Amino acid sequence: MASLAPQKSAAADRQDGGSAARSQESGAASAPAAVKLTRKDFLSDQEVRWCPGCGDYSILNAATTAFTHLNIPRERFVVVSGIGCSSRFPYYVNTYGFHTLHGRAPAVATGVAATNPDLLVWVMTGDGDGLAIGGNHLMHAMRRNVNLKIILFDNRIYGLTKGQYSPTSRLGQVNKTAPFGTVEPPVDPVSLALTCGATFVARSAAIYQKHLVDILGRAAAHKGCAFIQVYQNCPVYNDGAFEPFTEKDVRDDQNVEVAHGKPLLFGKNKEKGIRVAGHKPEIVQLGGSVTEKDVLTYDSTDRSLAHLLAHLQPPEFPMPIGVFREVAQPSYESLIHKQISDVTAKRGPGDLAKLLNSGETWEIKG
Amino acid sequence: MAQTPSPEDRLDSPEGGKKRISRQQVREAIIRFAGDSGDGIQLTGSQFTNVTAIAGNDLSTFPDFPAEIRAPAGSVPGVSGYQIQFSSYDIHTPGDKAQVLIAFNPAALKANLNRIAPNATIIVNTDEFTEKNLEKAGYQANPLEDNSLSGLRVVKIPMTSITVKTIEDMASVSHKDRERCRNFFALGVVCWLYGRPLDPIERWIKNKFAKSPDFVEANTRVLKAGFNYAETVELFSVAYEVPPAKLRPGRYKNLTGYQGIVYGMVAATQKADLKLVYCSYPITPATEILQELSSLKNFGVITMQFEDEIASMNAAIGASFAGGLGATGTSGPGLALKSEALGLAVITELPIIVVDVQRAGPSTGMPTKTEQADLLFALFGRPSESPVPIVAVASASDAFDCAVEATRIAIKYMTPVILLTDLYTVFGSEPWRIADVNALPAMDVSPRLRALKAGSNGGFQPYARDEKTLARPWALPGTPGLEHRIGGLEKSNILGHISYDPPNHDLMVKMRAEKVARIAQELPPTEIVGKANPDLLVVSWGSTFGPIRTAVERSVEQGLSIGHLHLRWLNPLPSDLGSILKKHKRILVPENNLGQLSFLIRANYLVETIGYNRVTGQPFSVSELQDEFKKQLSKR
Repeated sequence: MASLAPQKSAAADRQDGGSAARSQESGAASAPAAVKLTRKDFLSDQEVRWCPGCGDYSILNAATTAFTHLNIPRERFVVVSGIGCSSRFPYYVNTYGFHTLHGRAPAVATGVAATNPDLLVWVMTGDGDGLAIGGNHLMHAMRRNVNLKIILFDNRIYGLTKGQYSPTSRLGQVNKTAPFGTVEPPVDPVSLALTCGATFVARSAAIYQKHLVDILGRAAAHKGCAFIQVYQNCPVYNDGAFEPFTEKDVRDDQNVEVAHGKPLLFGKNKEKGIRVAGHKPEIVQLGGSVTEKDVLTYDSTDRSLAHLLAHLQPPEFPMPIGVFREVAQPSYESLIHKQISDVTAKRGPGDLAKLLNSGETWEIKG
Repeated sequence: MAQTPSPEDRLDSPEGGKKRISRQQVREAIIRFAGDSGDGIQLTGSQFTNVTAIAGNDLSTFPDFPAEIRAPAGSVPGVSGYQIQFSSYDIHTPGDKAQVLIAFNPAALKANLNRIAPNATIIVNTDEFTEKNLEKAGYQANPLEDNSLSGLRVVKIPMTSITVKTIEDMASVSHKDRERCRNFFALGVVCWLYGRPLDPIERWIKNKFAKSPDFVEANTRVLKAGFNYAETVELFSVAYEVPPAKLRPGRYKNLTGYQGIVYGMVAATQKADLKLVYCSYPITPATEILQELSSLKNFGVITMQFEDEIASMNAAIGASFAGGLGATGTSGPGLALKSEALGLAVITELPIIVVDVQRAGPSTGMPTKTEQADLLFALFGRPSESPVPIVAVASASDAFDCAVEATRIAIKYMTPVILLTDLYTVFGSEPWRIADVNALPAMDVSPRLRALKAGSNGGFQPYARDEKTLARPWALPGTPGLEHRIGGLEKSNILGHISYDPPNHDLMVKMRAEKVARIAQELPPTEIVGKANPDLLVVSWGSTFGPIRTAVERSVEQGLSIGHLHLRWLNPLPSDLGSILKKHKRILVPENNLGQLSFLIRANYLVETIGYNRVTGQPFSVSELQDEFKKQLSKR
């Protein structure tokens, strides 16, 4: 599986001047002072209490590694979480952190980002937290393009409440609240993020450490709302859920990397590809009359293409991973502050005494 | 402006050749404008209010608008009302029953017959009393012709046709627009009746329609026509004059309650050098606050309209965590949605302002009607022991001070504060002695400095506490060395690590309660207005202040032994309240709810109270309260 190596950002590849240059900066507004930090600097003194073998450890490792690559001082990181196993995250990183309420992290984080755009705000959430109770806030944070880096820890189960089905559980999955199998079709988080207009949408897996570090780094560099779905194994309640496409011996055949400007090739020797016939993707074997030219070249600025691939699933298709969408658009908080400075430039700074004395006034003499 | 007729000149002018009409001096007047919701009633009312304010009267207003945005024209549910009382003395209410009703159509007449005094003057637009409109209003016969209005003085004016005639030469104004000017005609008539100057209204027209000079001319001409018509046609046997009130010297403006809240929050955050971040979801009647603040971008105010009440509250928490002052506003049902996050604000000890503009009813209830029934919800509507300070606005002119005080306390004690107000106070208006910005109280401690001090000896301690206030430090993200984590899980005191330690939880629960209780050290001694050691002590909170204070004042003038105690803080209650209440044998607590303050008083002090509880969606009238006082005093 060669495609799990770090990728260059699509925006940089496009060489379209301003937007690419912007997206190479950090997601936080002003240029960071050069800081050299190690992973250890980002780990708090709190004992990590996830279950042994939990995929969250890998995400913690990947995130703290990605943090060290950003050259941003620690005090400018804010990690906001909801409720669930994943949401214990802030306690384990030595940054500013806020462990909030069930599903509400995107709303709290929006308040943080809007108030102080110099901060680099991460949202740690799970499939239950983010997509069920917090679906509304998640949707609107992405729609507004708030400068948040949202990591969705997806284990397709409720872990902290001990094994009930979640919005990403497979139809028919047997668990504590569906002993005879769920009758609910799952949501695809990447499709949802695309629909809501997140300007950076990606998918990775906790066990793809290098891939994940790279994606988190690119998300951090993106100015705007970045959404990253991360498959993460729950060894207690949904063990092995992702093995059919993440195990070493099947990875190459069961994953396809979506990357800007790259053909959608997969297989051990890149002998297979995805092409589009009509409006439907299909798998083709290279060789004979079928060449690489017949295979779809991915464009991460094309939302329709992203939609076309996002919901593909094994066993019919390889699982698409990588960066589905990366576009430069003004972020919510930057527009808020721009509007404030535009109006201030036009009207002059607010004068409180003048405001209180506005309209018709009259004097009562003593 | 030179063309503006001065009422005094005209009345006294011997060359006028007209019968001199006496201008009778009265202490107060209560006027009600009523018409279809498309008739511009609120505009007419507020313009009359404006000229009345400038004339130096004390005044109080109350708009009474329908639930529907546009109910069928001419129907009773579509009637919009605006009442104003103005006076030559200090008043506190828009008055009980109107002495003058301006009814723009039959429905307006029908809807307001029970809101006018027995000998009131009714000014009607006869053009609207058509068969069709009478039918729409549910009249079998024309009330102007069937003697059903006997006892009332009915002044019939064909307002629409005169208005159209006045500006018929203005070809550029459509017929429909000409008709729509009739509210200015009515306004002109009422201005003459009470000797109000027209200049301020003309200035307003000029400003409002600056882009269309035709409208300026049309409306101005119609306004003057109304004024001149009233005088020329001798519609009224008597005109009135309400001399200016003797208010405390200073510069005044007419202020609505929601403006007071907005100005107060902006002023307080400027004083504290904090960014105001107002997060809200539109809900009647709290929406005005969001709208008003949204227009103040050049004050650096951030306003965000969220997807729901839950997001609004949570975003306000995020804003305060990041170092702004997070604030949110809502109305009853919205407060329910905020309650989970309010608990988060309590346990993370962050300063937040939550404005609750109470409205009538559980669930959706009656969104455009008033009530004060969220007190117990504000106090107790959260899981577990979750104390939140509560300050209640007494009147439109009190809103500014309450908002400043709520902000000051929130910052000083590091706590969310609920600012309780209601539809009656936010939409009502009163003359407000414009606050001197420089004289505002200092916002005690710079929270940032406090945070730095706490961090100076060793590791940062997010739950170290100020000795006097028990407030924890407010360390702002972005500050090197103060990295810390907070959240909804219980934290160990001082260090702020997650803690399930039983004694620690007990300590933290009691600490949060004690912190809120200590706010009482800020409260001034409780005052009783009226008779000292009265036979009947009337206790109130919130917007019932106006009618209760007026009823007490009038009763005392009549020699009754009554005193009035009004509470601004409901949590904590003033520390001297218990001993004061215990000294009084009979305590009457009138409330627009079923006895919520009574419940608190009984629970806190084990003293008996008598409730006067009425929940109609309308404020109390002064006369009903006076009757109740008499009734209570006669029970001996």
